[in-house]
Amino acid sequence: MKMDFMGVHHIMTDRITLNYEVSAEDFTRAGEASSDVKKKLKQMGVEPSTITKVAIAMYEGEINMVIHAQGGQINVVISPDEVLMKLADRGPGINDIEKAMEAGFSTAPDNIRALGFGAGMGLPNMKKYSDEMQIETEIGKGTTVTMKVFLS
Amino acid sequence: MTIEDVKNILGARVIWGAEYMDREVYTACGSDMMSDVLAFVKDHSVLLTGLCNPQVIRTAEMMDIVCVIFVRGKIPDESIIALAMEKEIPILTTGHRMFSACGMLYENGLHGGAPYND
Ligand SMILES: Nc1ncnc2c1ncn2[C@@H]1O[C@H](COP(=O)(O)OP(=O)(O)O)[C@@H](O)[C@H]1O
Ligand SMILES: [Mg+2]
Repeated sequence: MKMDFMGVHHIMTDRITLNYEVSAEDFTRAGEASSDVKKKLKQMGVEPSTITKVAIAMYEGEINMVIHAQGGQINVVISPDEVLMKLADRGPGINDIEKAMEAGFSTAPDNIRALGFGAGMGLPNMKKYSDEMQIETEIGKGTTVTMKVFLS
Repeated sequence: MTIEDVKNILGARVIWGAEYMDREVYTACGSDMMSDVLAFVKDHSVLLTGLCNPQVIRTAEMMDIVCVIFVRGKIPDESIIALAMEKEIPILTTGHRMFSACGMLYENGLHGGAPYND
């Protein structure tokens, strides 16, 4: 609880900011950031179905950073009414976002498919489980995916 | 049913998590593609897969899967077992192939979710 100079009470205004470095070196470690966020939300007592939405959306995004880009940073801000996730990579960028969003569309090579990914369901799943999603991309520079899940 | 029932139906061997065999199972899903698993939220589901890498456990963790069953006699390596232990997700292995294993569970009353419609 915080009080401003006029002595007015504010409802919880605290935000929790979490930063993760995602490495593309080791595929087996992909998902550790999402796992940590899931654990934190659970500790905070967030409703399970909301945690699932955040966990799946972020995990798919984290996997994409590893398999399609060269890793990057994830910034998560948990505030009383939403979880904001910003996944910024230094990868090749996305040529055609509309095409990339189609269920089943994937440019992943066979070695990625052999690892259980590359079904072209990642971006559609991210769209499905987040309440808001935005993609900014520049060819040769990288991609930033911003997702929001509202806490009811 | 419980994980114990699933184990008996499939003649499966517990690789890790023997103390969790009384966990309730309501549904099952079988896939080697993790994004397909992630596409549908499940309630107390077991995951059958022929894929054998740590991302199987990660996927199970994100979805709160109650138990992972490796088909076709696959044995997970140490890193997979270690992750499953950390996440407290029991893991089983069965010699049956995916189709047979799913069929055996279905026949015994364990079903998947509703059909897909976008
Ligand atoms: N962060 C990213 N950087 C570059 N390309 C991406 C990124 N995320 C997605 N893509 C492109 O969009 C396609 C579809 O992504 P997605 O739906 O997650 O499916 P999948 O990862 O299974 O290929 C990918 O195959 C890839 O071409
Ligand atoms: Mg993907």
